[in-house]
Amino acid sequence: MEHTASERPAARGARRRRSLSFGARLLRDYPVLVLAIPGMLIILAFQYYPLYGNVIAFQDFQPYLGIGKSLWNGVQNFAVVGNGDPEFLNAVKNTLILTLIQTVIVFPAPIVVAITLHTLLSNRLRQLVQSILYLPHFMSWVIVVAIFQQVLGGTGMINNWLRSHGLDPVHIIGNAEAFRALLTSQVMWKDTGWATILFLAVLSQIDRSLYEASAVDGSSRWQQILHVTLPGLRPIIILLLILKLGDSLSVGFEQIILQQPAVGTEASEVLDTYVYNNGILGGAWGVSAAVGLVKGLIGLALVLAANKLAHRLGEEGIYRG
Amino acid sequence: MTTLAPVKPSTAPPTGPRRQAVIDGMPRPGMPERIVKGIFLTVISALVVVPFVAVISTSLATPEEVNRAGGFVLFPKHGIDLSAYRSIFAGGTVTQALLVSGFVTVVGTTISLVLTCTLGWALSRRGTLGNKPLLMLVLVSLLFNPGLIPTYLVVQQFGLLDSLWSVIVPTCVSAFNVIVVRSFFTGLPAEILDAARVDGASEWKMFRHIGLPLSKAVVAVVGLFYGVGYWNSFFSALLYLNDSAKWPLQLVLRTYVVNGVELGGQDLGIGSESLPPQTTIQMAILMISVVPILCVYPFIQRHFAKGVLTGAVKG
Repeated sequence: MEHTASERPAARGARRRRSLSFGARLLRDYPVLVLAIPGMLIILAFQYYPLYGNVIAFQDFQPYLGIGKSLWNGVQNFAVVGNGDPEFLNAVKNTLILTLIQTVIVFPAPIVVAITLHTLLSNRLRQLVQSILYLPHFMSWVIVVAIFQQVLGGTGMINNWLRSHGLDPVHIIGNAEAFRALLTSQVMWKDTGWATILFLAVLSQIDRSLYEASAVDGSSRWQQILHVTLPGLRPIIILLLILKLGDSLSVGFEQIILQQPAVGTEASEVLDTYVYNNGILGGAWGVSAAVGLVKGLIGLALVLAANKLAHRLGEEGIYRG
Repeated sequence: MTTLAPVKPSTAPPTGPRRQAVIDGMPRPGMPERIVKGIFLTVISALVVVPFVAVISTSLATPEEVNRAGGFVLFPKHGIDLSAYRSIFAGGTVTQALLVSGFVTVVGTTISLVLTCTLGWALSRRGTLGNKPLLMLVLVSLLFNPGLIPTYLVVQQFGLLDSLWSVIVPTCVSAFNVIVVRSFFTGLPAEILDAARVDGASEWKMFRHIGLPLSKAVVAVVGLFYGVGYWNSFFSALLYLNDSAKWPLQLVLRTYVVNGVELGGQDLGIGSESLPPQTTIQMAILMISVVPILCVYPFIQRHFAKGVLTGAVKG
């Protein structure tokens, strides 16, 4: 991330000046610090300061008493994680299933689309398709859910067509059994196109001579994709999988909250909605904060572990250290 | 070694047959492959385009046509009827929500851009006092999420509950966007800044007259990300705003379109005798929440790669 000092005269100058006293540096650099302060304050207030609020995971928290006066109750709130509370286990189960689906089905989809787009001969056509496919990414979940209802719902486009042709309507919206498939198709509709952007950038950087060499050796297009394109995508695939792992316990919160009333919690409760429903709505602040804390720590541990594993496999990962 | 004749670069224009057999090192695709690709791309593009067309058509169709179709109209054949839009803009719930969303988006995006660019600029000034620790604080914050309940408590503690500022302030600085802007500023040629400093330009002047003008593209993309984020913000409004008079468009959309609550003449501020069909009103609400994004999108789209990639590759 940092350039070497020799590339940048400014940085070299800065190193020399480092022998200045703190006061002198403050006097010299205060205009820079003034520019940094407003943004830093927001990050400190809403990203770091809330971490302190996690102490309510160890409290019998009462909103009217606040953190200062609520009573401590040790690790009692964490009992729900350990003692097999059925609601909690159901949320864990749904979360893990959705994570699995998102890794196995949702994640590879943009790679396929990106390779298809990359091998198009016409630039203009490629740009047209790209602009169409990026668009849903900028729609809110409310819009996406509303559009899916209009298309797949009981009186939606597809069912109207089926009825007018004398066929049986399909029951998808509000059907607990089809809920996972619905969530998956919504995620794919919204973000598959957008996710191609990174893969396309990497594809355009693959060394052309590799393709040429393999063509000389008589590779077909399919063999080239298998032996040149996919290995070229390997680092970015691993990087994105690591980042995804850290987020793996957060599966489609807004999307699920919006559709939960229609299908019930049995099929739709995940860890995030569990925290929201029991904490903010249900008033079980301490227990929800405990679940949120455990979830956050597992996510962090997963990123760090995956990063280490990537290094073992000889990849860059997200950081070195 | 040096006696070898220079190898003819293989990217040179082909000679001989009129059609290239190899393009960019890949054999020219055969007909079956091109047909399969064409069908594949047409289908996935249609999956995106058709629902939008249906939404627009239904919102514009005449009541009789909507009733006959039983809900959704793909192509209005019997003329266009703007009554759904007239009823939305009559001054009721939806108009109010539009004003709220407009306020949050404009004010929020402005605040976000100012704070993000100033912080990004300050972090790009390597070797200044506290530069490395501040940068670390921003980077580390990307690795964790403080959690729903602790964040709620902080918003409550700052007295932002039930205020429109609760939708703006907590999310107004995205660490990721700060890193994107910073890496762009870092890439500016040092010579220009050195020259400006020699001429006696202050830090603010360098930022305002050199940094920002040279980074228009990335500022535009980051601005679009923020703007779309505010316009689409749904959950923070659901979480922090109890007073339905302060609801942004997304919450109205959820109540009346996703949950299907009927919009009466009273909610819209018109007499109920002239009420268009619910589906038409719903699609019109959906349309006005999509249109602003559709308007900005084409202008910023060509810069996407720049904004996304600087963050991902150098972040």
